[in-house]
Amino acid sequence: MFTEHAKVMKALAAAGEIVGRKKLQKMIYIAKKLQFPFYEKFNFHFYGPYSEELTCRIEELCDLGFLHEMKEKKGGYFQYRYTLTEAGIQFLNHYDLDMPYLRECMQDMNEQNSRFLELVSTVLYFEHLPKEEVKEKVFLLKSKQRYTEEEVEQAYNYIEQLRAKVKNEVRA
Amino acid sequence: MAYPGGQLSEEKVFKDPVHRYIHVRDKVIWDLIGTKEFQRLRRIKQLGTTYLTFHGAEHSRFNHSLGVYEIIRRIIDDVFVGREHWDHSERLLCLCAALLHDLGHGPFSHSFEKVFRLDHEDFTQAIILGDTEVNAVLRRVSDDFPKKVAEVIAKTYPNKLVVSLISSQIDADRMDYLLRDAYYTGVSYGNFDMERILRVMRPREDQVVIKRSGMHAVEDYIMSRYQMYWQVYFHPVTRSAEVILTKILHRAKRLYEEGYEFQTKPIHFYSFFTGTVELQDYLQLDEAVILFYFQQWQHERDAILSDLCRRFVNRHLFKYVEFNPTNEQMTKLIELTGLFKKAGIDPEYYLVVDSSSDLPYDFYRPGEEGERLPIYLLMPNGELRELSRESVLVDAISGKRRTDHKLYFPADFIYDFSTKRTTKKKIIEILEG
Repeated sequence: MFTEHAKVMKALAAAGEIVGRKKLQKMIYIAKKLQFPFYEKFNFHFYGPYSEELTCRIEELCDLGFLHEMKEKKGGYFQYRYTLTEAGIQFLNHYDLDMPYLRECMQDMNEQNSRFLELVSTVLYFEHLPKEEVKEKVFLLKSKQRYTEEEVEQAYNYIEQLRAKVKNEVRA
Repeated sequence: MAYPGGQLSEEKVFKDPVHRYIHVRDKVIWDLIGTKEFQRLRRIKQLGTTYLTFHGAEHSRFNHSLGVYEIIRRIIDDVFVGREHWDHSERLLCLCAALLHDLGHGPFSHSFEKVFRLDHEDFTQAIILGDTEVNAVLRRVSDDFPKKVAEVIAKTYPNKLVVSLISSQIDADRMDYLLRDAYYTGVSYGNFDMERILRVMRPREDQVVIKRSGMHAVEDYIMSRYQMYWQVYFHPVTRSAEVILTKILHRAKRLYEEGYEFQTKPIHFYSFFTGTVELQDYLQLDEAVILFYFQQWQHERDAILSDLCRRFVNRHLFKYVEFNPTNEQMTKLIELTGLFKKAGIDPEYYLVVDSSSDLPYDFYRPGEEGERLPIYLLMPNGELRELSRESVLVDAISGKRRTDHKLYFPADFIYDFSTKRTTKKKIIEILEG
């Protein structure tokens, strides 16, 4: 019970502080696509893959005092920062979750900016399509973000890097 | 082109308790309604197990799908036509996507998806794009038409205005299900002035926005969404039925994996148990099939399966206590798990926590920039303002978080002191403490 909550907390514990809900959403989605066992359901939304279930789970964790949410004004809008609390760390001790190499991937993703993670998650969302079609989707659906061909290539490379990270670590 | 002119010689209407009449003039819509995949939706309830709490809630996904279609038809034909940003060549695409948006739902789909790790949206895509009657009808419009309809429903169609009509924070889907669910459950708080909202909707490049003068109608819609969430969708008794249903599916799967000899063999479930579900297997299932098995499994030799089925069929549901998984409560939960085992009540099936995040419904939150698209008001000067920044009422209810966890258990087992009296007394002490 509460295993799915604990997995999200483990991801946050691995990442340290995550700045921005969008970033958090994209990080969990990418981790899920890397075959980490997250079962939140994601759909494609205006800003790429998004999970209402994850949003609700994060709210629950904040309400329970396991996550600290800091709301700060940034320009004309609000941004949220998330960190695990002491109570959250204690709660996590109830679970023996075997999610090897999650830490490396979460930390790596946390170093990227949310705009890039939005692109990476969009590429992953359409990865069943040929690369040219994926590019077409990105340029059509994300026209306002003005991603370049080079950035899409970087996204593909980054996905490979993350996958290699998981595979290499698995072999080790 | 198999739909010359595309119109029926005479308009058809369906009587509908929510919208009074549902009007069909396009032949493609009429033909889609007649397909076996769409007719299947008559056999799937819109609200799953809610009928065990609100006995009127027997309406189907068929009713709802027609309702969503009708709302979109009114928006397009009565409000959007001729307005800037609206491309009228997208009309038929919108109507088809509205009608078919829930096509992949299965019986009690929320529990099914959870247990078997499925997604009804994948099946919606598979029905629209696969070898089906629906696909054959759509292809008569044009070869790429099924793909376009599938993209609108998957929210990956390039025209975001079209997508937002079907799926956004104030879309035809939500408006229909709130009104319809309120009507059939018999509750009064789900109502809002939809006609007014439709009249103040305006197309913009990427989304539908609401004229500032219509803010109070939208406030009503937000309140209704909030009330329906807590009073109907998240009703603790409905959740109890859902918990039992989920546990029946888990138990049947486990027994199958262990080679148990079912008296009534679950042939319709085999591909679900083995994770090899094909579209045709999926389409075979409806609620009548599921309830047939539950009816039969009441007489299985396996005590857990038969008990859970009896509970579901006879509405002999689990009781609950509020449960907040603080570290102290988690220690109690561990203790309870041990005591349940000691009392001979398998905690895997009879001690269940259910959380608000387990539900497929949500209420309005403005969120963070770039998180998801909020509702925008169109101000008289042409500026767009997020709803909660203008409405004190929406700001008040969307700014407060409210989450919920409940611990479900079979009270009749616990209060049966004919066996394991001391252990059960201890369980009650913890549950009531």
